[in-house]
Amino acid sequence: MKYGYYPGCSLERNAIAYHKSAMAVAAPLEIEFVEVEDWNCCGATEYITVDLLGAHALVGRNLALAAQQPDNGHQLVAPCSACFLNLSKTDRYMLDSPELAEKVNAALAAGGLHYTPGSVRVRHLLDVIVNDVGYDAVAEKVTRPLQGLRVAPYYGCLIVRPGYQGVFDDPEYPTSLDKLMRTLGAKVVDFPLKTHCCGGHMTQISQSTAFELIRRLLKNAADYDADVIVTLCPMCQLNLDAYQDAVNRHFKTDYHIPILYFTQLMGLAFGIPPKELGIGKEFVDARPALAKVGAEAPAPEAPRRKRRPKEALPMPRMPEEE
Amino acid sequence: MSKERVGVYICHCGTNIAGTVDVEAVARWASEQPHVAVARDYKFMCSSLGQDLIEEDIRELGLTRVVVAACSPHMHEKTFRTACQRAGLNPFLFEMANIREHNSWATDDREAATEKAKALVKGAIERVVHHQPLEPLPVQINPATLVVGGGIAGITAALELANAGYPVYLVEREPSIGGHMAQLDKTFPTLDCSACILTPKMVEVGQHPHITLLSYSEVEEVEGYIGNFTVTVRKKARHVNEELCTGCGICEEKCPKKVLDEVFEAGLGYRKAIYRPFPQAVPKYPVIDVENCIYFQRGKCKACQIFCPAGAIDFEQEDEILQIEVGNIILATGYDLFDPRRIPQYGYGRLANVFTSLEFERMVNAAGPTGGRIVLRDGVTEPQSVAIIHCVGSRDKNYNEYCSKVCCMYSLKFAHLVHERLPNAEVYNFYIDIRAPGKGYEEFYHRLLEEKTHFIRGRVAEVTDAARMPGEEGKLIVQVEDTLIGRQRRIPVDMVILSAGLEARHDSREVAQRFGLGCDFNGFFVERHPKLDPVATMTEGVFVAGACQGPKDIPESVAQGAAAAARVASLISQGTVLMEPVRAHIIEELCSGCRICNNLCPYNAIVYHEDRKVSEVVTALCQGCGTCVAACPSAAITGAHFTSEQVMFQIEGILWDVRSPDGREREPEMVMA
Amino acid sequence: MATATTTTLARAPTFLDEVIAATPGDPHLELCLQCGTCGGSCPSGPDMDHTPRHLFALIAAGMKDEVLRSNTPWYCVSCYYCMARCPQEIHITDLMYTLKRMAIQEGLYRESSAAEAPEFSETFIDLVENYGRSFELGLATRHYLRHHPLGVVKMAPMALDLLRKGRMDLTPRRIKKIDQLKAILAKARELGGAA
Repeated sequence: MKYGYYPGCSLERNAIAYHKSAMAVAAPLEIEFVEVEDWNCCGATEYITVDLLGAHALVGRNLALAAQQPDNGHQLVAPCSACFLNLSKTDRYMLDSPELAEKVNAALAAGGLHYTPGSVRVRHLLDVIVNDVGYDAVAEKVTRPLQGLRVAPYYGCLIVRPGYQGVFDDPEYPTSLDKLMRTLGAKVVDFPLKTHCCGGHMTQISQSTAFELIRRLLKNAADYDADVIVTLCPMCQLNLDAYQDAVNRHFKTDYHIPILYFTQLMGLAFGIPPKELGIGKEFVDARPALAKVGAEAPAPEAPRRKRRPKEALPMPRMPEEE
Repeated sequence: MSKERVGVYICHCGTNIAGTVDVEAVARWASEQPHVAVARDYKFMCSSLGQDLIEEDIRELGLTRVVVAACSPHMHEKTFRTACQRAGLNPFLFEMANIREHNSWATDDREAATEKAKALVKGAIERVVHHQPLEPLPVQINPATLVVGGGIAGITAALELANAGYPVYLVEREPSIGGHMAQLDKTFPTLDCSACILTPKMVEVGQHPHITLLSYSEVEEVEGYIGNFTVTVRKKARHVNEELCTGCGICEEKCPKKVLDEVFEAGLGYRKAIYRPFPQAVPKYPVIDVENCIYFQRGKCKACQIFCPAGAIDFEQEDEILQIEVGNIILATGYDLFDPRRIPQYGYGRLANVFTSLEFERMVNAAGPTGGRIVLRDGVTEPQSVAIIHCVGSRDKNYNEYCSKVCCMYSLKFAHLVHERLPNAEVYNFYIDIRAPGKGYEEFYHRLLEEKTHFIRGRVAEVTDAARMPGEEGKLIVQVEDTLIGRQRRIPVDMVILSAGLEARHDSREVAQRFGLGCDFNGFFVERHPKLDPVATMTEGVFVAGACQGPKDIPESVAQGAAAAARVASLISQGTVLMEPVRAHIIEELCSGCRICNNLCPYNAIVYHEDRKVSEVVTALCQGCGTCVAACPSAAITGAHFTSEQVMFQIEGILWDVRSPDGREREPEMVMA
Repeated sequence: MATATTTTLARAPTFLDEVIAATPGDPHLELCLQCGTCGGSCPSGPDMDHTPRHLFALIAAGMKDEVLRSNTPWYCVSCYYCMARCPQEIHITDLMYTLKRMAIQEGLYRESSAAEAPEFSETFIDLVENYGRSFELGLATRHYLRHHPLGVVKMAPMALDLLRKGRMDLTPRRIKKIDQLKAILAKARELGGAA
């Protein structure tokens, strides 16, 4: 399966671990990523703050280039949630607003480019893996199941909201990453804040605000005894990882939860050497947590829930996860 | 030249028509048209003076046809037809041209409107000369009525008709009648005990000589037309012989299989595999739930049969198919509660102490799973604080855009019940607006204010157990913006009640199709007119009552049940009703037996005769929609009052000023064979 | 510059109309019932001068000055909870971006407690316009030197760690066809202005 690939600025350096691990797992899963030639920054949350048309034109250039790619099945895969959001947002608003489309294309024309809205379908990397590749195909490649590892799947915001090109998982309570981690043999910790915001760029605008958001996530994952938080966005990874120490100092807490990309865990489960997956680039050392995998004595299970008392009222039935 | 003498009347309708159309000019122009004996314009044709004009002209000028150009036929076709009839002219020799809704109300352009009025009038004139006198068809009304649904609306309708002396079949899907009202504890605003006011009516129904109660039954097929419906009902096998069962309840006691009761107990309690939904069930006969019965699943047990003193258990019993003949049908099938699992951020299903409104009703009910005690999911702990969240699944484009009408009131009721049973508990109601429009409703709200309920105006964003600060651990936190102070608040509580909205039954669309009704976008049955005719439907002889037509409270459901019964009673007391003779007719000689029309008829009114290889329209079922007339490739079908001839002449009339290629004005002529 | 579908108004446009017109697609702000779901959902809501809902009430009341002086849009983290949950399907986050742009245009952001936020964005886009890619080190140093000179000292250890781990570039990367991008962005500026 061939896809257009838009790494985004973060994956070049800051989140190089994400890029390396994504490439490493793509091969066994028979995915071919064709990077968009000479792509530019998507503008993050900054460009549109200052200049609406410029922001859309900036993204428009990437969409136009992606549309020109032969054999990418008209699909563009973005591993970074913010890039994914911006690419799908521009496509959607160009489709909804002919006025905007006209202006964006007039700007693109100055660079000899043109983009017809709807020509490229923008996908997040997780979406492609769980829906196109499928859990069964992933399971087949697992040679070293992540037994004993308690993983908190952290989705963040932009992968599930607002769904400019439709949603592939529930905006409040998604389960695709949970299921993927389970497929890798890990014990998944269903922590309530899995789609809560990491603070984004607030670390630069108002540190106290951002630190509080980061603290909440770390606390919640720790409350549920997670060994590692798995993420799918470079911003989330940076905030939770690089600032974990600062957050600890600010709040006098003592969290040491490594933050890894889901593709890194996939790679480990596939038996790919950690170095190739960018393990070691994280601030909070992942090795102690990863040592739990396949250990002779697996981590003790959370204490068995007490037998429900006789008087207890029944809980409503929830749809079984497939 | 024609021998017909047409009277043409152009209505001003005050300024509604005359404000845009030059009605005098149209009348003058009409008087010059072929066939027209007289053309007048008048301010309000529908007034008695207007009608007198028509009647006098018919008598004095010997008019043989009448055209009125005015509003929509929906408004006054009947008025003018009756006027003609009074003057001795067959009412179907009348045609109405809509120059208001189709013309003056659709444009500001005076010139264009006047020209269009002329065209419409000319079309009507050309058509009406080809009308034939028709007689309405008398239809006998079977005095028996089918009421579908044994909730409070259905019960009311059934009792009103039965007390009037007319036979009623009451079909109810569940093993007992009572509906959702039987699940409630107290009803707002009087705080009447729901069962206390309902059960006497249920008993009355069960014992009424004129009511045949078909419980644990469903309607499978409906055929026929007003006054003459044939309904197929499946009486599901209870596996209990109703002749022998005394209702002693020993079978239920001895049954070893406990089943989660997701219907009556809203999933909060249990029942047995052989069960009565509640002690006051009418009828009193239990039912065996075959999916959960040990005998039916594994061939063991049979405890009920062993212990039944009356020998009433019959494992071999089969479903019974009944065919009943009724004259009218009243649908009172009720509502389903919105499923709050669709709103994950409220935590229902994952967070133990989040309850739905129906779960809470069962909890506070003295006969419910906790004996009326308000406790947490552990069945033991009393909450110190309760949050009641309004508008769950309602007033929300992500789920149901409409307001469910009753939730504010029942939320207030819950608040009251918590105060009553747990006097030291804090009660919070989170709302967007307090909707208390009924009699005594606003006063009930004031009572809750007096009881020191915390009313917080804000639509709850999240219910979570993820504690952020001390004081939140172990609690459910309601996160909301208190809009009246403009600040986000996190309020820790022990229990959360979700005031979920009312939805149409999940199978309402199928049911509607079965009875020949329509549903709106939300699945509720469509009434004939939302303001003036809320209990009738577009199908003659089929009525609706209660929450199946839209969310409403008990007084309104009762009112609608009684209203539907009154409508039916009026038809029954007339004994015969006259049906419009606008029907299709297949000209046998021209029918080639292709049967294209058979499947197109939305009313299944066309039968095919194998022996003669021709189709025939069953006049009584035909509603005159015209589909078959248009579809027939041999033009073998003609509609009474809608013959091809009439339609073609009308078209020619409308196109009166279309010039032919040689520039001459064309006289209307028949274009097709 | 209005890129939304504009309805022809029979009266002079209000501030509410302006805000709606400056937001592409159909943001539906006129449908706001003031239910407070947005204010209740916002992760940074407690730190804002006005909750999002409150801000919309001020907009509907035409209080342009107070709105554009508010720090609310600058504290928006773009998590989209509000937009996903809004019962009237109002495009709240997109409206926040519009308010940011308007605040910059009118210069009123300077009075808010988030006065430096716009300059962060402006520095970011300056780098993108010159290189076609973002450049964290450049962005951070410029921003801190301008607004929090002492912050540079505080952030230095993290910066060094990032460099050591190979997670930050010392020099900016540049796309090949930077001139193409510049032409596109220049044309966009010409056509659209800053809104």
